[in-house]
Amino acid sequence: MSRTIYFDNNATTQVAPEVTEAMLPFFTTYWGNPSSMHTFGGQVAKYVDKAREQVAALFNAKPSEIIFTSCGTESDNTAIWTALQTNPTKKHIVTTSVEHSAILQTAAFWERNGYRVTRLGVDEKGRLDMDEYAAALTPDTAIVSIMYANNEVGNIYPIPQMAEMAKERGILFHTDAVQAAGKVDIDLAKVPVDMLSISGHKLHAPKGVGMLFVRKGLIFRPFIRGGHQEAGRRAGTENVPYIVGLGTACDLARAHMEEENVRVAALRDRLEEGITANVPDCLVNGDREHRLPGTTNIAFRNIEGEAVLLMLDRLGICASSGSACTSGSLEPSHVLSAMKVPFKYAHSSTRFSLCRYNTQEEVDFAIENIPAVIKTLRELSPFKD
Amino acid sequence: MWNYSQKVQDFFLKPHNAGPLEDANAIGEVGSLACGDALKLYLKIDDKGVIQKASFETFGCASAIASSSILTDMVIGMHVDDALKITNADIANALDGLPREKMHCSVMGQEALEAAIRQWRGEPALPKTQEEGKLVCKCFNVTDLTIIKAIRENHLTTVDDITAFTKAGGACGSCRDEIAEILETELKRMNGELPDAAPAKSEARPEAAAKPQVTFGATPSMLTNLERMQKVMTAMQLIRPQLQADGGDVRLVDINGKTVTVELTGHCVGCPASKATLHQVIEQILRMQVEPDIVVKEAGD
Repeated sequence: MSRTIYFDNNATTQVAPEVTEAMLPFFTTYWGNPSSMHTFGGQVAKYVDKAREQVAALFNAKPSEIIFTSCGTESDNTAIWTALQTNPTKKHIVTTSVEHSAILQTAAFWERNGYRVTRLGVDEKGRLDMDEYAAALTPDTAIVSIMYANNEVGNIYPIPQMAEMAKERGILFHTDAVQAAGKVDIDLAKVPVDMLSISGHKLHAPKGVGMLFVRKGLIFRPFIRGGHQEAGRRAGTENVPYIVGLGTACDLARAHMEEENVRVAALRDRLEEGITANVPDCLVNGDREHRLPGTTNIAFRNIEGEAVLLMLDRLGICASSGSACTSGSLEPSHVLSAMKVPFKYAHSSTRFSLCRYNTQEEVDFAIENIPAVIKTLRELSPFKD
Repeated sequence: MWNYSQKVQDFFLKPHNAGPLEDANAIGEVGSLACGDALKLYLKIDDKGVIQKASFETFGCASAIASSSILTDMVIGMHVDDALKITNADIANALDGLPREKMHCSVMGQEALEAAIRQWRGEPALPKTQEEGKLVCKCFNVTDLTIIKAIRENHLTTVDDITAFTKAGGACGSCRDEIAEILETELKRMNGELPDAAPAKSEARPEAAAKPQVTFGATPSMLTNLERMQKVMTAMQLIRPQLQADGGDVRLVDINGKTVTVELTGHCVGCPASKATLHQVIEQILRMQVEPDIVVKEAGD
């Protein structure tokens, strides 16, 4: 069993070969510090500038609006931090109950420090309610932070509309676009968000690099203090090789956006239909009308997720589960719990997330083998109804 | 993800005795779909009280399936009186250890076994701790007696330990203070600071304290300094009687990170075997009960 079928691209992605190649000279030859006065170091700065342009181009933003960070989580923390620091009289944060922990835990931290947090609920398909959202926006609201797309079920939220509603009320709007970047066409000249986070390793750049878009004119307070890098907005010597890698990855993402939305979406559909047609009593979690092209989240009645994942692992198939069967897990995952997925299904919800490197052959292998795995586990289960 | 022993993997992938047992005359059921794991244990017990057949159905993770399966292997051919002596630690040890956060799977196995045997005896088909105890964790339906039993049989010293072994306090967390109080009282009882109010009857195995501890599989330990100190102090209370039996004793001098400094007293002083005592007895017990990389030093070394 040497073959690996990687269907866990919402967790992390393979570094594109073009990205690795673009990065290598910055380990071996151009390893200087871009802030140095001498030519050897200083010459590196132009490659950071180029990467900034490449990243900006993916979102139709200005290069000066791009701040490189170490990861999506840092970008998220920074966005909330600067919003609260620059609006010291406002004590309210609006977010959702289905955010990534980078936002959920940050919001909970500020809540412990005197802020009020509204977490918008979702319906059974994981959709937000625009009336509930409108009602949550108050003159005391310092920032709204809502993910562009959900990591577990792949739902894409109506960020252009929600950002517009915040803007009308003079409230800052941040979106965690870690899952959406490179898959959803985001034109920041049109979508009125103030800040947007991405992470390199979700779009075929390496782990350890991220980006925060901060719209021109927005007052900003750095989260990480120190040197003058990133125009004084994010201290710390630039991670040049990874920044170059992120630039290349964004170029590739722009080139492959259509493929993601056509070929990868078709593979996802084939996998989803193949499994649901051959396995009785399963259901697809999430909003199938507005969903990332590569993501499907399938729940199998009466069995448990970790057992499913380990059986799939034996077949070389990498997937993931919202369920972590540990002692502290009455609730399968905060996302599925917020969606009120029935217990009989929630514990086995399995996420398959595809990317442009997946093939139809891999999908067909999965379709061929998964029904037997589910059948075996159901035979072991005491619950048969 | 495969942070399971080979035995857990084997029993998960090729479980023995899976499926219902047609002629079962004892069935024990614990857990529920809502709790994330559930086990139905089937036994066929003959007139002499010997378990002739056993099988299981489990909804749960790999370690839940493996714990159930190895338990059926263990009990076949056993008299029910002996089967009742099986502890969760025995199940975990038979699997060459379970990751800490999965220890509740072994507890679930023990409880299902007890429930089945009680049903066969015409008693309520519940583990005794659940029938007689007071409900503490409403999310996972765990009683104080279950918690006390887990503390005693597994030498638990923190609330997180108790959650790992019984799930109590793992969901809403509203009972964590109550669990902490139970723990404090039990630790005092075990240290002799409080009289021993007879706990759950089904435990009370005097040899339990001297028995080697459960191994926690490959899960790396993440103890805080405070937790480590508490665990060391609790473990020392178990070590002292062993030395005292030989006319010796040991005094805890200092705990600095993972280095524990002790002073051997009584007959241990100058005993040629004292170095061996230090390393083979004290260090080994601390490594099993606290952390695998504890180092024991003698004061003045």
